[in-house]
Amino acid sequence: MTAAELSAALAKSEVSATEVTQAHLDRIAAVDDRVHAFLHIAADSALAQAAEVDKRRKTGEQLAPLAGVPVAVKDVFTTKNMPTTCGSHILDGWHPPYDATITQRLKQAGAIILGKTNMDEFAMGSSTENSAFGPSRNPWDLDKVPGGSSGGSAAAVAAYEAPLAIGTDTGGSIRQPAAVCGIVGTKPTYGGSSRYGVVAFASSLDTPGPFGRTVLDAALLHEAISGHDPMDSTSIDAPVPPVVAAAREADVSGMRIGVVTDLSGDGYQPGVLSRFAEAVEVLESLGAKVTEVSCPHFRYALPAYYLIAPSEASSNLARFDAMRYGLRVGDDGSRDAEEVMALTREVGFGAEVKRRIILGTHALSSGYYDAYYGKAQKVRTLIIRDFDAAFGQVDVLVSPATPTTAFRLGERADDPMAMYLADLCTIPSDLAGNAAISVPCGLAAEDGLPVGLQVMAPALADDRLYRVAAAAEAAFTHRWGQPLLTSAKGLAS
Amino acid sequence: MTTTTTDRLVPFDEAVQRYDPVIGLETHVELGTRTKMFCGCPTTFGAEPNSQVCPVCLGLPGSLPVVNRKAIEYTIRIGLALNCSIATWCRFARKNYFYPDMPKNFQISQYDEPLCTDGWLDVTVNDKTIRVGIERVHLEEDTGKSMHVGGATGRIHGAEYSLVDYNRAGIPLVEIVTKPIEGTGADAPVAARLYVTELRDLLRSLGVSDVRMEEGSLRCDVNTSLAPRGSGRLGTRTETKNVNSLRSVERAVRFEIERQAAVLDSGARVILQTRHFHEDTGTTTPGRSKEEAQDYRYFPEPDLVPVAPPKEWVEQIRAALPEAPSARRARLQAEWDLSEADMTALANAGALDLVAETVAAGASPADARKWWLGELARRANDAATELADLAITPADVARVAELVATGALNDRLARVVIDAVLAGEGTPDEVVAARGLAVVSDEGALTTAIDEAIAANPDVVAKIRDGKVAAAGVLVGAVMKTTRGKADAPRVHELILKRLS
Repeated sequence: MTAAELSAALAKSEVSATEVTQAHLDRIAAVDDRVHAFLHIAADSALAQAAEVDKRRKTGEQLAPLAGVPVAVKDVFTTKNMPTTCGSHILDGWHPPYDATITQRLKQAGAIILGKTNMDEFAMGSSTENSAFGPSRNPWDLDKVPGGSSGGSAAAVAAYEAPLAIGTDTGGSIRQPAAVCGIVGTKPTYGGSSRYGVVAFASSLDTPGPFGRTVLDAALLHEAISGHDPMDSTSIDAPVPPVVAAAREADVSGMRIGVVTDLSGDGYQPGVLSRFAEAVEVLESLGAKVTEVSCPHFRYALPAYYLIAPSEASSNLARFDAMRYGLRVGDDGSRDAEEVMALTREVGFGAEVKRRIILGTHALSSGYYDAYYGKAQKVRTLIIRDFDAAFGQVDVLVSPATPTTAFRLGERADDPMAMYLADLCTIPSDLAGNAAISVPCGLAAEDGLPVGLQVMAPALADDRLYRVAAAAEAAFTHRWGQPLLTSAKGLAS
Repeated sequence: MTTTTTDRLVPFDEAVQRYDPVIGLETHVELGTRTKMFCGCPTTFGAEPNSQVCPVCLGLPGSLPVVNRKAIEYTIRIGLALNCSIATWCRFARKNYFYPDMPKNFQISQYDEPLCTDGWLDVTVNDKTIRVGIERVHLEEDTGKSMHVGGATGRIHGAEYSLVDYNRAGIPLVEIVTKPIEGTGADAPVAARLYVTELRDLLRSLGVSDVRMEEGSLRCDVNTSLAPRGSGRLGTRTETKNVNSLRSVERAVRFEIERQAAVLDSGARVILQTRHFHEDTGTTTPGRSKEEAQDYRYFPEPDLVPVAPPKEWVEQIRAALPEAPSARRARLQAEWDLSEADMTALANAGALDLVAETVAAGASPADARKWWLGELARRANDAATELADLAITPADVARVAELVATGALNDRLARVVIDAVLAGEGTPDEVVAARGLAVVSDEGALTTAIDEAIAANPDVVAKIRDGKVAAAGVLVGAVMKTTRGKADAPRVHELILKRLS
């Protein structure tokens, strides 16, 4: 059942929150040793939350749409009474004393928090292979990566362990795993969803957002977590775009859709490009006006991103120093504080995190700042201008969500550049802070793995994403005769 | 703790004959906002360690800062009072370095976009007004406070263990940086002290901080350099930290002048470095060398949106600025008709505000000054306390002065009343009523007492009648004795002479 269907059944008391929660815990118990989507399963608190929702419903209380619907939460959000690891050993033993704003909003909405999902360490990666706790697997093919960094959240939803999940997108960490797992994932407008309690990777880019198996499900979760948060200065004080209504309308007639010509060509898997071309035709057949748009500075997005994000990360991750929480190594009385800090960071951080800390420290250092961080910020401005110019002509932009389908575990683990290319299509929207979604648009002919269609919209026009994605989803499902995910065979045996 | 130093020194007078000192001051002021810079934690001084903390000021993973609007307002107020330009748009920046008392291992500060720039503050040194240029005024967060236990120096090196109190972490801190102050010559140490004094008074009048150096809410770093006299060059500077009293500011500059002069005399170069001031010896010792200074890797704080104070708001703050202490002093000096020296004496005694309030309560400036600098200064001195901390209000003093002026009290009785007020017996009127201290002004009673005195001292009466008027003092004394001091002596004197004429 989709989250929307669960919500309806719960509202009519056809099923109890306890039953729904138990069913998902059972599914987790059955498949998660193979998928490894979860780092922490909160069975007891989930059932307690479910019982509370059932009790409230019995009293006739009007509950929020997600009351009783289970959600998996990426382990980058702080959660009271649960560990929060960010996929890193450096936070070993830390139980945050406070809930992230989004954790709080989920709880207030009555959503059931099933547990914390796996991720690349500090959200740095595109496969979950950088998790200190081992990778998650793609439910379409267990030898393939589920994408990342929010790979655990995507895999949990694709494996029916949770109907919904929360992730964060910094360079594509929601859309890329959604695309390669054949589900829907949205990066809302930067500032549309609160970062308070999201352990920071790159503050100017990190954006929490939803995963669902359908566009409507993603919209329901999107709406539940969005809205101004006074605890986050970068949170936007504006009404939440009507994403659920847009997902229900699913009407693209008359919409102007721009195909980004710069996000195609060399390095793109042929099967991805052909599914994308088909998707564009489908949208056109639904009444959209399709044109080609060039965004010439997108080609510099990846290098700019790999200066800005590591620079911010090098500063954000400085606080993990063994002094106040988490791992402490070598504090045996023979070392001073500085040595304990250094040793703890040496042991506690993985290779990719260290690589980016060093990269970012260098980019910010005196004498290099202008050439690296400063230049990258200028590129960022140029990319924003590209978007502004494009959105002057069209309502939304479309591209493939990823250049390729899911790759094999280990295939890119030793080749950071190859790994970084997985985010080629998603990074521009992060740098610009606008909104983007990935929605399944079929399977690539050569490997039978899912392909994602990316839709990008101006900041605070998140509803347009859902309008386009829902229309495409309806047309595709009609064409396929069933939801794409029913073809996923990784867990069939 | 004592500090030994092997530095050779040149006597101060010689040093300033051969070298021109240039000084510069960086002053940190903890703002008196109710809550911290980026969270809602209280800022009360002296609370139980680590009792005023939350995820934000502890820098816990996931927490985010939100700017305290009051702190921005206070900083703008300071900037305006220092004649600065206020930025229409500026950003916070992260200053990155590792230290256990820094919860995030970066400090949110301001770098190349300070809130206030390019102002000045006038300071009077030996009757000469020096205009001290203000380079910038910016806002940042304070760090936690480390306490190093064990070891000889109280510093981190050699300590057995260290404790950190994060109550101070995140308290809004304003940094005020002067431009180089040149041309003060031998007055450089005094000028440094008077600048800090003037700044402290200004900040106090603005109501933005309690500016207590002993509690660390006002902290000073003093830069000093020397150049050969008349060369017009700028020498290599040292930055002396840990200068925690007005007197220390002066001593630190003086010591550095003496030390640097010896270095330069020997043909060596002054090393660009941080030095620590030691209260006990009045000397400085080297800290870390600036040449191996850390790279703070400043970059704009991505967790905060830029600060863009609307022009109307800035103008509102400007319009509400109180009179500057220097302008007020000049005005009061004119109003009270005092000399510069009298005014300085008042200021040095910490009596300026008290006198002003006493005058405002109705006393004449002369009376107010007389009581605070005389009788009350003695009482404060005896009790080893500040004038302002005496248990008597300016209104009480004004009332006593009034009672004396109307003849209801004489000076002796007034002192009794003041003692009683200080002892907590109530207002002057209450004390007078309770103790029956009013001067005997009943002419009948006085006449009787005078007649008695005349009758009892015929020889004195004879002398007075012979023209030795001074002898009347004996009769006055006798009358005062009969009335137990409650008579107005000049009046008694007058009555006696009238009676005998």
